[in-house]
Amino acid sequence: MNSTVSFFYFLSFLTILSAVMVVVSRNPIHSVLYLILTFFTLSGHYILLNAQFLAAVNIIVYAGAIMVLFLFVIMFLNMKQDNEESKTNLTKVAATIVGGTVFIILFGAYRKSVIPTYSPETFDSQVGMIENLGHLLFRDYLLPFELISILLLVAMVGAVMLGKREIGERHF
Amino acid sequence: MDLTEFLIKTATIFVVFVLTLVIAMYSTWGERKVAGFIQDRMGPNRAGWGGLLQPLADAGKMFFKEDFIPALANKWLFIAGPSLAMLTALLASAVIPFGSTFKINNHEVVLQGVESNIGILYVFGVVALGVYGIMVGGWASNNKFSLLGAIRAASQNISYEVAMGLSLIAILMMSSSLSLGEIVSQQHGGNWNIFYQPLGFIIFITCSFAECNRVPFDLPECETELVGGYHTEYGSMKLGFYLFAEYINMFISSAIISVLYFGGYNYPGMDWVYSQLTQALGGITGHNIATLIGTGVFFGKAIFFIFFYMWVRWTIPRFRYDQLMNLGWKKLIPLAIFNIIITGAAVLFLKPMITAWLN
Repeated sequence: MNSTVSFFYFLSFLTILSAVMVVVSRNPIHSVLYLILTFFTLSGHYILLNAQFLAAVNIIVYAGAIMVLFLFVIMFLNMKQDNEESKTNLTKVAATIVGGTVFIILFGAYRKSVIPTYSPETFDSQVGMIENLGHLLFRDYLLPFELISILLLVAMVGAVMLGKREIGERHF
Repeated sequence: MDLTEFLIKTATIFVVFVLTLVIAMYSTWGERKVAGFIQDRMGPNRAGWGGLLQPLADAGKMFFKEDFIPALANKWLFIAGPSLAMLTALLASAVIPFGSTFKINNHEVVLQGVESNIGILYVFGVVALGVYGIMVGGWASNNKFSLLGAIRAASQNISYEVAMGLSLIAILMMSSSLSLGEIVSQQHGGNWNIFYQPLGFIIFITCSFAECNRVPFDLPECETELVGGYHTEYGSMKLGFYLFAEYINMFISSAIISVLYFGGYNYPGMDWVYSQLTQALGGITGHNIATLIGTGVFFGKAIFFIFFYMWVRWTIPRFRYDQLMNLGWKKLIPLAIFNIIITGAAVLFLKPMITAWLN
């Protein structure tokens, strides 16, 4: 087995282990930390695929910004042992049904899906490098790219509008 | 990759690692000396000549103190906090170019841990992770003041990251490369980015002050309001690691500033020095000595910025928290966006005009 393949198996093992630990761990803070570890291992996969820009952006956006907000919220909720009563049998049954359904859907999709093939002779290994990605985004996919940026701008304006203090609202 | 190359890379990474630690260690000594100088005192002068052994004495003291973990703290995360802080602080030095190439028997060794085509994004990602050490440690202490300090530090860091990233974009528009080695070699011959990006430099250095939790933005450990901030419950070497991580961050950000804005290992007249040295000492030795001079210049610039951090710390009082947030969101971010627009216009219109006029 060459080193890339063994790296792949090691990273996959870590990814699945940490993803399972997100669900299994009782402490929500531990869950969030395991989720961060999952993002790191996913970035490792991106690097194995020679997509370094995607790896860095995955770390910056998910691990650096979004998970910090997750941690913020969970730290302020102060979830300790006293919140255990929210997990009644009904929620457990519902969660099992929903999770099982999602699993069946994913498994079905996996069985039906055709894994695309590639020929090693014509494959360009530099396609994930940032220069090529930039050329692709700003030349071939310029319109979708700009539309997504407008969508993000609208979302940002909406967030600012929601967060703005209205006239007469109490300061705290 | 053959074995020699692997060994050379390992040696480079090890040297970078040790240098980072030593410089951070002696920054603690330098901080006290600078504070003493500014406040008209002597500073540390008992341990060794001029107090040069003081950092070792401090480290010894930190190690031999009782390693205390509060009863209600989350034990693993309490230990993970300072470890994460150290880890993220040390990671960033991997991509910094400390000098140009070094020649050993036809092997050209780049004085840089890893030459990566996403260098600056990597640094930015590592900086973004620096929040976790603080947040995990503050939460695991199970103390309200620690938690508040941690939340404060984290919100400060993520607020200033935005303006920092925007000020970097202006640099990237000019260099059209994310690789730090490429950015440095483009500044060869006096083309330092500081002459083209003075506004971006001011925004960047302000944000790096905030990212390193240094005065005037050291609100995370604001002892008048929060007892000791996120490390209230920490003692012994765990506290030492938190404080040490701050000094490592300071060195890394000084190095990044000198790479991005002050030409890294470039200095005026380096071509003349290079040609003189290669003529006098032969191709290989002369090249190596020229590289060493460049590396020395790089460290000189970095150490000057460390001194600048200290200078500011003992000169300017601390901001209030709402002032900090207003400065970050309402002043620095619009300024950074304005800087991007100006840079874009200059690259598109002014640069062709000037080149046409010069030819």
